[in-house]
Amino acid sequence: MYRYDDIDQAVVDQRVAEFRDQTRRYLAGELSDDEFRPLRLRNGLYIQRHAPMLRIAVPYGLLSTKQLRKLAFVARTYDRGFGHFTTRQNLQLHWPELKNVPDILEHLATVQMHAIQTSGNCVRNVTADHMAGVAKDELDDPRPYCEILRQWSTLNPEFTYLPRKFKIAVTGSPEDRAASEVHDIGLHLQRDANGAIGFKVFVGGGLGRTPIIGQVVREYLPLTDLLAYCEAILRVYNRYGRRDNIHKARIKILVKSLGIAEFRKQVEAEFEGSKDFATQLDMAEVDRVRGFFRPHAYETLENIDAAHGRELEFQSWFRYNTREHKVPGYRAVFVCLKAHRHVPGDITSEQMEAVADLADRESFGLVRTTHNQNLLLADVRQDALYAVWQELKALGLAMPNIGTLTDMIACPGLDFCSLANAGTLTVADQIQQQFDDLDYLYDLGDIEIKMSGCMNGCGHHHVGHIGILGVDKHGEEWYQITLGGSVNGFSALGEVIGPSVPRDDVAPTIQRIVEVYRARREDGERFIETYRRIGVKPFKEQAYVQSPAAA
Amino acid sequence: MSRVLRRHEFVDDDWVSLGEQPPAEGAVVIVPFARFREQADGWRAWKGPLGVRLSPPDRVEDLAADLACFSLVALEFTGPGEGRGYTQAKLLRKRYKFAGELRAVGHVKQDQLYLMSRCGIDSFALSSTENPEEALATLQRFKVAYTPGAPIPSLTRERFHG
Repeated sequence: MYRYDDIDQAVVDQRVAEFRDQTRRYLAGELSDDEFRPLRLRNGLYIQRHAPMLRIAVPYGLLSTKQLRKLAFVARTYDRGFGHFTTRQNLQLHWPELKNVPDILEHLATVQMHAIQTSGNCVRNVTADHMAGVAKDELDDPRPYCEILRQWSTLNPEFTYLPRKFKIAVTGSPEDRAASEVHDIGLHLQRDANGAIGFKVFVGGGLGRTPIIGQVVREYLPLTDLLAYCEAILRVYNRYGRRDNIHKARIKILVKSLGIAEFRKQVEAEFEGSKDFATQLDMAEVDRVRGFFRPHAYETLENIDAAHGRELEFQSWFRYNTREHKVPGYRAVFVCLKAHRHVPGDITSEQMEAVADLADRESFGLVRTTHNQNLLLADVRQDALYAVWQELKALGLAMPNIGTLTDMIACPGLDFCSLANAGTLTVADQIQQQFDDLDYLYDLGDIEIKMSGCMNGCGHHHVGHIGILGVDKHGEEWYQITLGGSVNGFSALGEVIGPSVPRDDVAPTIQRIVEVYRARREDGERFIETYRRIGVKPFKEQAYVQSPAAA
Repeated sequence: MSRVLRRHEFVDDDWVSLGEQPPAEGAVVIVPFARFREQADGWRAWKGPLGVRLSPPDRVEDLAADLACFSLVALEFTGPGEGRGYTQAKLLRKRYKFAGELRAVGHVKQDQLYLMSRCGIDSFALSSTENPEEALATLQRFKVAYTPGAPIPSLTRERFHG
């Protein structure tokens, strides 16, 4: 993984010192709430329902075990002994005290971590495919480009006070596991006719109140133009993005109002007109950063049938919680943070430390965070899988449900977030209870549930096969259900099935929806495929039919 | 006379903003860009030093042809989240090679000075609540930067080049 040099370390240390001073001035009454807000937000600090919330950056989801242990330490020392991994691969602490935050940041800086620009109207953490570097279908490892973008966007003088937040994702695989098409900029690695690496550039995707799939602004962007072109996009956005209405301030609204053709024209003109001063990316720097992401010292091994002759429970775990690796003899292993009766994405300090120990022994000392709020040990030898499973099982991190309905995404919801209209955690719990039978879950196969507690959409409900959106109805928590959303290589927004339902009806409604799928599916069709074939109508017809017992 | 932080020194502000009354001939005056455009020919014939004030939506392209008339461009920051002035500054310095004084006015707090400086702003009419010594110190805090920008004395290294 990337290791800081003296420049990287100095940038982070400078920012810690600056934030310590800003916090001191706020606590001394020298800065008002309004003045402190944009300063703390640019350092990942929200004021939440119960306490400040600190969002710590995990750049493109890659953690060393040293970093993971430091997160465990920080969560134990300054919080309640657990943290919450988010859909953008970061870690949130929900109970730190404001006065301790500069100390937390100083601890993080000792292991090359920070909370810079994890919130606020600036360029956020750049995210990537969690299978980067090990996926068989990958054209090139996206992480060096993520790291370059991370550096370029960090405290970028021109683009730190944008109209609204700005999210970039990079994918190197056709199966877009980074959901890049619902980002402000989505970069798909491409090769040109000569085999040179570059990017297909998507712009203006996003979720929230106005969900939009990104559009192509440039079919092929040479690698060395990456920073200059991103500057052109951001400059057009910084100048002409709306600042009068927070709900219309994302770049997607600008792209939509101009139309992609006019937006492209403006970006290309800006790009051409800034050639002599735009930030350059030379191949020497690319090679320097690429050098940190070279393949591990894998052993020469054969693939084995690791599940052969093992108990059914291990076979299920092997099937659902591990993935094919491009190197024979290895597999990628999910550390499941979706145990039933458990808040999606939550992990205790003890679990973090145990996962770090396991990764040191079995996965080259690295752990990844995933867009789906799990962790991944990307490089586990197949002959170690059984022992790894036993350890994860003992830690409560081996629920064999990855990719199934209960591997759901949920934002923290009303229990923690001051923006939320409705709770998500109770509903998640009810769904997990309703679908507690693993055989039934396996029969349902791949189904993605994504749930948000408000229309800001942090739980990505628009792109869930089944989306759940919490709404406030006269002070009560109700839930709107959408079907047919997806992002992995076939981006679509979900369709609302009808009126929202009260909290306790969400899980039974989902049960009725998946029963339609079970009745109508053909030859191994996945839920989303049946939905695309038969449309929303049959689901609508059944979703609200109460069983006689329930009525 | 108010004070302004200009090229790392606090100095008396020798500029006056255009008020309702026409200025005395040869006065050192900052004219809002909209007022300049209303009577452009008159202002182009102005004898004394002339400054112009851009509000956030003003396009630097519209000013470019007259840039030689001005020895100062003031960029207005209307609130804590306003960020268009950073791009205006960058374009004035880099695309239009403006070499005169580039001044931040309006909501100008010590926490913005570093980023503003890197975009090429070299003078600051600080908000009245700001502590001048603290403000000056913020320009000493940063020793390295990732992206290229206008030089400031404390800053010795950059990762990327322009």
